Amino acid sequence: MATFSEVLARVKSEIREVSVDETKQQAVDTSGPVLIDVRERDEFEQGYIPGAQWIPRGFLELKVEDAVSDRDQEVIVYCAGGTRSALAAKALAELGYTRVSSMAGGFRAWKNAGFPFERPRVMSADQIKRYSRHIMLPEVGEAGQGKLLDAKVLCLGAGGLGSPSSLYLAAAGVGTIGMVDDDVVDESNLQRQVIHNTERLGMPKVESARMTLQALNPDVEIVPHRTRLTSENILDILEGYDVIVDGADNFPTRYLLNDAALKLGKPVVHASIYRFEGQVTAFLPDQGPCYRCLYPDPPPPGMAPSCQDAGVLGVLPGIVGSLQAAEALKIILGIGDSLSGRLLVYDALRTKFRTLKLRKDPDCRVCSKPHDSIELIDYEAFCSIGG
Amino acid sequence: MATVHIPPALRKYTQGKEEVSVDGGNVRDLLGNLESNYPGIGERIVDDSGAVRRFVNVFVADEDIRFMDNLDTSVKDGDEVSIVPAIAGGR
Repeated sequence: MATFSEVLARVKSEIREVSVDETKQQAVDTSGPVLIDVRERDEFEQGYIPGAQWIPRGFLELKVEDAVSDRDQEVIVYCAGGTRSALAAKALAELGYTRVSSMAGGFRAWKNAGFPFERPRVMSADQIKRYSRHIMLPEVGEAGQGKLLDAKVLCLGAGGLGSPSSLYLAAAGVGTIGMVDDDVVDESNLQRQVIHNTERLGMPKVESARMTLQALNPDVEIVPHRTRLTSENILDILEGYDVIVDGADNFPTRYLLNDAALKLGKPVVHASIYRFEGQVTAFLPDQGPCYRCLYPDPPPPGMAPSCQDAGVLGVLPGIVGSLQAAEALKIILGIGDSLSGRLLVYDALRTKFRTLKLRKDPDCRVCSKPHDSIELIDYEAFCSIGG
Repeated sequence: MATVHIPPALRKYTQGKEEVSVDGGNVRDLLGNLESNYPGIGERIVDDSGAVRRFVNVFVADEDIRFMDNLDTSVKDGDEVSIVPAIAGGR
């Protein structure tokens, strides 16, 4: 029977080892090989090599294919001192990975060499449980959940679109959610504004929204802004947020938001609804078109669809607002393809989704200009009766 | 014949129809024929000079005509044409 040191000696003779200097050069400075940290949670929380993916040794075989799908991808594994990573390298070779190395000396040697390391955001046991279905997704993981917890999203409007978008953002653990609305809950809202309820009639919508969101997830901070956006207050309010979810109910606010968000370089997830139809897109400053590339000017009063007789199928904002939440989460996580440059048109009557191509207008009179020269306009509110 | 998607705001001109079939080799002719078939709809899409209004977009096969040949953009048989006006509702 072989002793452990004999087994280890044999394993080390079969695998390739790299020094901490080589690792830094290859994996951190040039980002060639994938770095995998195979230590336990408490060790990882004390610090890890920037860019490394964390898969504890016990889960390595189970999870490595999610992290590295290409068996010929170069991989460097490390642990605390270089022993577990040697065994891990051997295990990966048995799984068919052809270019695996173990970092000799482990994280201890890395730190002793004075190389940089990062500390992960430490989640509580409750958070790990609450967000487990996110954390399981390789595209999200603990790092992604940490991004959500650090994110600040402003929902414009606590109404039809703002209800589902803010509910799903709060459930997802977006750490700070601002709500802008100056209205109070009315009985005619409850056919679609599912964040409010019958007991809240007459209550400011931002307060009702805060109560619902806080009950759903006490982990997030809700910031009520009981006001209407104007050129005077919009920059101050937008400043504190990373992403804006636009569920406004009028053209003046939508144009004001577009121009102010461009001025501040903030992404906007846009949606609007009318009767049975919704439009959704994302406006990413400098990367894609803006609202004015799509619609250069608001319609004059007589040409705007009449607000009074519009009506809306109650579930329509539920679907469209949920799409907005998905777009906002993707922007925060930096995953997938956003709707930037695409206008999604959803027709609830026919159950049809059409995706139309949007282009950045090189002559757009707002987004083609230097951002600090953008002047904010308060268009006259010509349609103030809410749907 | 092209299939034209009519937005909800303009369906009162098409007797509630969401899709109508219209002839026209280019967008100008197609919009002219749309107006002939459904009187009143034209002025909601184009202004007095005949240009598409700034709060309305016309897409031929998912491409915005403003970035193609505008009203001269050709329309093939079977193309899908979408008329997409700005809408503001969110509540």
